[in-house]
Amino acid sequence: MSLGPHAAFIVAAYAVAALVVTVLVAWIVADYRIQKQRLANLEAHGITRRSTRPER
Amino acid sequence: MPLIDLANPTRFLRLVERLLPWLAGAVTLVIAIGIYQAFFVAPDDYQQGATVKIMFIHVPSAWLSMFGWAVMSIAALGTLVWRHPLADVTAKVAAPIGAAFTFICLATGSLWGRPMWGTYWVWDARLTSVLVLFLMYLGVILVWRTVEDPSRAARAAAILTLVGAINLPIIKFSVDWWNTLHQPASVFRISGPSIHPALLFPLAIMAIGFVLLYVTLLLAAIRTEILRRRLRILQLMQAESATSSRS
Repeated sequence: MSLGPHAAFIVAAYAVAALVVTVLVAWIVADYRIQKQRLANLEAHGITRRSTRPER
Repeated sequence: MPLIDLANPTRFLRLVERLLPWLAGAVTLVIAIGIYQAFFVAPDDYQQGATVKIMFIHVPSAWLSMFGWAVMSIAALGTLVWRHPLADVTAKVAAPIGAAFTFICLATGSLWGRPMWGTYWVWDARLTSVLVLFLMYLGVILVWRTVEDPSRAARAAAILTLVGAINLPIIKFSVDWWNTLHQPASVFRISGPSIHPALLFPLAIMAIGFVLLYVTLLLAAIRTEILRRRLRILQLMQAESATSSRS
């Protein structure tokens, strides 16, 4: 496989796409973990939604 | 499960939890096959040489930049007409994902343009209308970040999104309506694709991979946003109970 005289442009294009997608995935995953942790902390302090409270 | 059940955020979350691992696996597999096809199977173009390989990421990103805004426009209708909370959530999280794909489209197009056109950028109708789309994505993100009340932010963003949808046909037909350096449509044409099947096949695989990636990211982001809204409600309840216990 030869990328010819413009190899740098091809590699740069794929690198930019990979970088943007990686940052996007990392941001979405990190944000999910943060929200889940915060919810768990609140629920540990007894603050829950009505729909998730055990029935008396 | 009837489709209407998915309008319930809790049931929607349950389905997303089950779907996400399968979708992530499918994205990895399809994009890996697409990249293999692009670099080891697809021939070089007779005029552009190997730079045609940039097409396999540039074109799917360009399609997704417009598809992303179309998704936001449908969600905007859901917000304004049916006032459904999942529509608000979808519209909000689709904006940064759409902006990311539009940025990839602009950056890869620029890197393709330099060796082929002799310039990274030209103010022609196609490039400029896509840049406008990118700026509109940033505008919608800004609305969501600056308006504190989620329902007011949703309405403002929905109106901006529907007004911005006018740009979609401008982008699509810009290459027909004006003289542009950008080439005319070569895949979605009434007379059929003008690309050779040897290049069209890897492009189709990469496009499927990118659509799967978009859907996976969108569902994962919707899941997070639902949790964020639950958290906000719980924090309000906590503040309320603290205030009432003091008084």
